[in-house]
Amino acid sequence: MAGQTLYDKLWRSHVVREDADGTTLLYIDRHLIHEVTTPQAFEGLRLSGRRAWRANSVVATADHNTPTSDWDQGIKEEVARLQVEQLDANIKEFGALVYFPFRHANQGIIHVIGPENGTTLPGMTVVCGDSHTSTHGAFGALAHGIGTSEVEHVLATQTLVAKKSKAMLIKVDGPLGKGVTAKDVALAIIGKIGTAGGTGCAVEFAGSAIESLSMEGRMTLCNMAIEAGARAGIVAPDDKTAAYLKGLTHAPKGADWDKAVAYWKTLKSDADARFDSVVEIKAAEIEPQVTWGTSPEQVLAVGGRVPDPSQEADPQKRASITRSLAYMGLTAGTPLVDIKLDKVFIGSCTNSRIEDLRAAAVVARGQKKASSIKRVLVVPGSGQVKRQAEAEGLDKVFLDAGFEWREPGCSMCLAMNADRLEPGERCASTSNRNFEGRQGPGGRTHLVSPAMAAAAAIAGHFVDIRSFGERS
Amino acid sequence: MKAFKRIKGLVFPLDRANVDTDAIIPKQFLKSIKRSGFGPYLFDELRYKDHGEPGMDCTNRPLNMDFPLNWPRFQGAQVLLARDNFGCGSSREHAPWAIENYGFGVVIAPSFADIFFNNCFQNGLLPVVLPAPTVDRLFKECLATEGYTLEVDLERQTVTTPSGEAIPFEVNPHRKHCLMMGLDDIALTLQHADEIRAFETKHKSAQPWLFA
Ligand code: SF4
Repeated sequence: MAGQTLYDKLWRSHVVREDADGTTLLYIDRHLIHEVTTPQAFEGLRLSGRRAWRANSVVATADHNTPTSDWDQGIKEEVARLQVEQLDANIKEFGALVYFPFRHANQGIIHVIGPENGTTLPGMTVVCGDSHTSTHGAFGALAHGIGTSEVEHVLATQTLVAKKSKAMLIKVDGPLGKGVTAKDVALAIIGKIGTAGGTGCAVEFAGSAIESLSMEGRMTLCNMAIEAGARAGIVAPDDKTAAYLKGLTHAPKGADWDKAVAYWKTLKSDADARFDSVVEIKAAEIEPQVTWGTSPEQVLAVGGRVPDPSQEADPQKRASITRSLAYMGLTAGTPLVDIKLDKVFIGSCTNSRIEDLRAAAVVARGQKKASSIKRVLVVPGSGQVKRQAEAEGLDKVFLDAGFEWREPGCSMCLAMNADRLEPGERCASTSNRNFEGRQGPGGRTHLVSPAMAAAAAIAGHFVDIRSFGERS
Repeated sequence: MKAFKRIKGLVFPLDRANVDTDAIIPKQFLKSIKRSGFGPYLFDELRYKDHGEPGMDCTNRPLNMDFPLNWPRFQGAQVLLARDNFGCGSSREHAPWAIENYGFGVVIAPSFADIFFNNCFQNGLLPVVLPAPTVDRLFKECLATEGYTLEVDLERQTVTTPSGEAIPFEVNPHRKHCLMMGLDDIALTLQHADEIRAFETKHKSAQPWLFA
């Protein structure tokens, strides 16, 4: 028998039962909850008189609807406030291991607070009614998004009805170039395999370039696995993973720690494991990336030019390029570095961790945002990230540069709160989706790394971060 | 959940790939704590010329007549014909809720995004995968013929065209069973509560830290 992939191991260690056709009841270790995708699930439990199977598997916070300024004034928009209050009531009634409600010192984006509190561990199954649950795969956990009915199912039964995905290996080898971050690796992969390239697959990211990434970088990468259509993204745990987790509130302690670490060491694909598909990428070929269209696969290296639809042979693709350019208000052939911006957003579960803020601060230090840039929002991923950044003086660096320093939350990643683009406004964003209207109706989003976003804020247009220090 | 057995209905062709869940139901409608009432806001940004907000009365909103769903010939459509990677993007179940609330019972496409695909089955909505060339042909026939209908039979696992051609499709037997009976997954799973408990005990003794 061929060896097992990491995905096989994670899957098999959670199978409660399996039907002849492969339909499996999979045990769920960690259930993450936020206010937007869960009210109907709790309501379902209530209507059927059911309780939560294991409330201490639940980690919850309010993040999507919450404002990022004037917290003392509460949530002004009534429907949003209702949803956040409903979460308070639901957690009170059904219980949770961890709950950081609105305005709690540790409130933040669910995918940031889970890992930083040690509630995401290697070998776990992690689900959340949120597609970017793939983030937690950075720890060698099997983590993916589910719908609201499945949220209710997991609450009631601690299991998920699932079928095994295909296993894909994406191998990135070699040293990453100057100015190239995990975000660029993620975008380059999506550019290569497309937004449906990973559909039906659990993707394992491996290779020396992936190993060289910090835990924050691995989270950024796995976060975007869903943008390649993958059900989950996974990185095998290693010494860095253990070092990151050691001492965190909910990480194992004492004898359990040693036992856990020994187990985590077994969580890797066997040398003779077989994958359904393999993609190999040379790290040296990855350059800093900028998206130009309305899908994350519409991405190019920063030195590129806006593509010309007439050069595209496939009629479907040609139509989609034409539509994207019209929406984005771009002309074919324009160098990406000539694209001028209105706003910059540094934040989201992709890039709002301390390392991301440090990278942006390095660029912003001693500089001023361009006068043509209306607003630069820096939104830390959690209360903990915010305090850490302030302890390092990063908030001052941003404020001195004319950036705004906000309270944690999802913010302008999806513009469910007051932070949004106006129609036609163009934004460099460290988030993960450049869909039409994502950051506000009519808003135009370009996805980039935190350093590229900060540099664009200062220059007023995109710049190649590799030569940023050399400009006049 | 409402049972699904067979639908014979008018087809609405949505001729673009990678239709994402933000396009299906924009985020402002996610603030609702209900699971119904999303039908009028399906494809809101494409369908109307103004900006939609939850709770808005849609009867007098200006329609975007460039969007074919607003064309008289597609009113009352029950079968949504789509292109590759339909339902990509977020996990919001509001997307199938909106499609189902609007009146569709089936979505046919060459491929679907995973989470959306699973969500459909939870809501009495049948996602049917057909080969891309077949879908392409259905698009052509549908656009050429006013009043074009398809009959989708879950029991027989066929899509039948007006000319009587029956195209077979695959569906997971468990999903098929639940959909045909209108069965709630939770009740089915709880029949295995003892197995879940036994698994949990074993799992806890192997990795006690997971239960801390
Ligand atoms: S930051 Fe954006 S992508 Fe992440 S959970 Fe919040 S809304 Fe979703």
